[in-house]
Amino acid sequence: MTITSLRRAVLPGVATLALALSGCAASNETDTATGGGSDTEAAELSGQYTIGGASSQEAAQLAWTTGFTEVAPDVTMTYEPVGSGGGRESFISGAYIVAGSDAYLTDDEGELSDATERCSGEAPIEVPNYVSPIAIIFNVDGVDELNLTPDTLGAIFAGEITEWDDAAIAEENPDADLPSAPINAVHRSDESGTTENFTNYLDVAASDSWTGGVVETWPNEFGGEGAQGTSGVVSAVTDGQNAIGYADASQAGDLGTANIQVGEEFVAPTPEAAANILAVSPLAESAEENQLIYDLDYLTEEADAYPIVLTSYMIACPTYEDAAEAEVAKAYLDYVLSPEGQEQGANEAGAAPLESGLQEDALAIVDTITAGS
Amino acid sequence: MAQTTQTRPPGPDDTASVPLTKPQLPGWAPALAAVVAFGAAALVGLLLGWGVVGIVAVGWILLLIGLPAWSTAVEGSRKGTDRLVGTVVWSTLALALLPLIAVLWEVISRGAPALNATFFTASQSGVLGAGGGIYHAIMGTLIVTLIATVISVPIGIMAAIYLVEYGKKNRLSQVLTFLIDVMTGIPSIVAGLFALALFTLIFGPGVRMAVGGSIALSVLMIPIVVRSTEEMLKLVPDELREGAYALGVPKWRTIVKVVLPTALGGIVTGATLAVARVAGETAPLLLIVGTFRATNFNPFDGAMATLPVLIFSEATRGGLQEYIPFQLERAWGAALVLIIIVMALNLLARVVGSYFSPKTGR
Amino acid sequence: MSTTETERTPPREPEAPRGVSRRGDTIFAGLAKGSGLFIMLALAGVALFLVLQSLPAIGASGENAYGADNIVLYIWPLLFGTVLAAIIALVIATPLAIGVALVISVYAPRRIARLLGYLIDLLAAVPSVVYGLWGRETLQSWVFPIYQWLADNLGWIPLFAGPVTTGRTILTAGIVLAVMALPIITALCREVFAQTPTMHKEAALALGATRWEMIKMAVFPYSRSGVTSAILLGLGRALGETMAVALVLSASGVITINLISSQNPSTIAASIALNYANASGIKTNVLIAGGLVLFVVTFAVNFLGRWLAARGQAKG
Repeated sequence: MTITSLRRAVLPGVATLALALSGCAASNETDTATGGGSDTEAAELSGQYTIGGASSQEAAQLAWTTGFTEVAPDVTMTYEPVGSGGGRESFISGAYIVAGSDAYLTDDEGELSDATERCSGEAPIEVPNYVSPIAIIFNVDGVDELNLTPDTLGAIFAGEITEWDDAAIAEENPDADLPSAPINAVHRSDESGTTENFTNYLDVAASDSWTGGVVETWPNEFGGEGAQGTSGVVSAVTDGQNAIGYADASQAGDLGTANIQVGEEFVAPTPEAAANILAVSPLAESAEENQLIYDLDYLTEEADAYPIVLTSYMIACPTYEDAAEAEVAKAYLDYVLSPEGQEQGANEAGAAPLESGLQEDALAIVDTITAGS
Repeated sequence: MAQTTQTRPPGPDDTASVPLTKPQLPGWAPALAAVVAFGAAALVGLLLGWGVVGIVAVGWILLLIGLPAWSTAVEGSRKGTDRLVGTVVWSTLALALLPLIAVLWEVISRGAPALNATFFTASQSGVLGAGGGIYHAIMGTLIVTLIATVISVPIGIMAAIYLVEYGKKNRLSQVLTFLIDVMTGIPSIVAGLFALALFTLIFGPGVRMAVGGSIALSVLMIPIVVRSTEEMLKLVPDELREGAYALGVPKWRTIVKVVLPTALGGIVTGATLAVARVAGETAPLLLIVGTFRATNFNPFDGAMATLPVLIFSEATRGGLQEYIPFQLERAWGAALVLIIIVMALNLLARVVGSYFSPKTGR
Repeated sequence: MSTTETERTPPREPEAPRGVSRRGDTIFAGLAKGSGLFIMLALAGVALFLVLQSLPAIGASGENAYGADNIVLYIWPLLFGTVLAAIIALVIATPLAIGVALVISVYAPRRIARLLGYLIDLLAAVPSVVYGLWGRETLQSWVFPIYQWLADNLGWIPLFAGPVTTGRTILTAGIVLAVMALPIITALCREVFAQTPTMHKEAALALGATRWEMIKMAVFPYSRSGVTSAILLGLGRALGETMAVALVLSASGVITINLISSQNPSTIAASIALNYANASGIKTNVLIAGGLVLFVVTFAVNFLGRWLAARGQAKG
């Protein structure tokens, strides 16, 4: 009795084990190259590469890593949304050949020097891969269009203006039927580059009303509802009442987006307007020849530029010791910055494409990536 | 647990056996009171335009006042109090079952449309909007839980054997029993942080490894296995052990050949329930296993998708607004699959328990 | 699958024959003892590794401590939120659990009681992430009108001051936690109630007591410490729950007892789960330090709960 009952218990276990181990790849994954008409150099590449960085780039990078398989069918690229800091850390340690970041490298914490060291003493390549407008989304009964000056915007998020029918808002929206209801200002509860860029804008453009400085984590003292991730903010604004929040414009969906005052005009967060802000902004002082990094001009008076944007960068080395790494990094950046890549990002992730002149400058820099030491 | 109901006091339906007492309400009185109360509430509610919640709340208050009042009038105040408490207590049951029904209904109605052949055979590799499946996550959950089981079941059973067969009442076993009880209360995220801290020390920061998740799950699983095995071993009659000893069988062979097989049903049941308990754990896997869009069969290399983490990340991940409904559908579909797996394990545990076990009076 | 500790050790302990196959016995006994020691070692390891990885967080401040001036100021509001959410959960779950346990062990006919027991156990079988998903997608919209009603009619109570602009409040998180703590408290209460001496119950009924009087006089006096320990163990569960809170709650990290406004405290566990993916460097250590605090708190609560349970049993 003892042996049979033991066997009864063991046999199904072994069967399950065997079943689990014999598991084959998913139906949509193939080991062999799917071929395709691509006859570029990139088609010759192969291997598995993991890159990563800013989680704000997750959707766009997903679109690109997916689209990249058409250019280089044998390369499996995976983007890990580990955060900008984590991405830079792993780039410096050599774990990533390329990293995505929503801020350029600085030497505040020695990251630029470390990255230079990782790239055998040469300044790392930093190019923007897309500009995404941070939309001020709102969900207020009876209000379809909303105009805001930077100061009003700062005051709303600083908790100074608490009612929708406040004089400051009414003044800018004479035609709107503003309800007499409390404002529910929604912010990101997690640490994020979106918050950093948004507060950076407020710090410069709304210095009278915004006193929170430039932060990655929303300061508690200003109150408001905290929501996790861009999707959290969007759904909190959608589900909430009389809510306003800031989120990547590509995810705003059907929500209303506020027009922000630039110069004399109120500008909507369109991809074109967002791309224009780079055109009117100066390069950062620390920028080397192979770095297209910008200090955004938030006070611009150019009426066709939308100032609240998140500029995403990709970081790579000018030379890689490993020839394969160099070619994959080059091919991937080439793809991302190519017209097809930019279109893929726009269609599949709503990432605003770079303006064509900037795109070419970036491609020229990527072209300099070489192998060998 | 239920034997106490044998000693049920004479209820309304036992009127015949207590003929000398006050008049009693008939057995159908509570039902009638409930119908009248909710009926009245619905009538008034519909006229005044309350919501369902309002109608139910008012109906419940009417019942809560009406039935005891009626009972007090007919049966006296002590009976009235008893009716009041009875109504309250049964209401708590209804309230407690409400979330279960709501959750199951929601998961089935929103998850079922997602289920199809592709959903079970494809991964998320190369999928941007609609389509793809959760094959990679199902495999990941199987691998992670399987390794956790392989780690925890032997350790758990051996520790239980020590507690019951060797360490009877000594200091170590007392402390151990207590610590294991306390250990059942470790929050899952703390177990995850432990695995993370351990692996960070060994492999450096940013490590993602499925086996780390298994170790975290083992921390949660071992105490459950120990407790259930211990209970089962205690149920094995000492006569069996004595019989074996009398035949000159060494103690360890007695345990392996006599004690364990006798308690096998209960041990397997306990282990299966422990697996069911950890299969749905999310937090530790989120920290150390991460998530991956393609299938990864190697638990020692890189991130791996698992069902619970997939549910979390699909529900919270941003993306193109048009793609969000697909992500949510995937999350609900995965939730349905996960619930089916966990419920099936629970069922399996009970079937195994009753199939193997000698009559232990359960 | 409730476990009891009612079994007493047998009066006589059979002695294994000596001198036969000593080596096999030694090895087997060593393995068994080793497993026991390993478990203690693992528990110590949990504490040790958390402490080791928390040490670098002590000096963290500013951006590294998520905007707080130091690690204490970072953890304190989270600890407040953790305890608040758990207390809300218990305030809701405890009466329900005691009621359900009474139904199962006293009121319901035997066959139905068994079925009800399974159903309540099913509540425990639903994974926490599914509760979180349900709370995020469904429950928050159900409770929203109720919160509005509360704010309009009971707004003078600080707890319900509002303004209500979202359903994703700490109260909603507390409700979800209550649902998750309910089966644990119920199962433990059932055991405790079942241990009431049958003679006492029958004696009470024989004297003409109603069912409620019997419960009051015979069941409750015996269960006081048992129910307390059940509540404490439920508290332990609610304190450490992560995913449900992470998915449901819109957390601002403030300290407030206003349960239905849009500004809610966060909890330690949820904060770890939400920030971990983006954390690097010293921030990871800050999060682990939060985990250490959570570990200490839940350990203390569980310790107390088990100690009460053990003491209650020794007396009972």
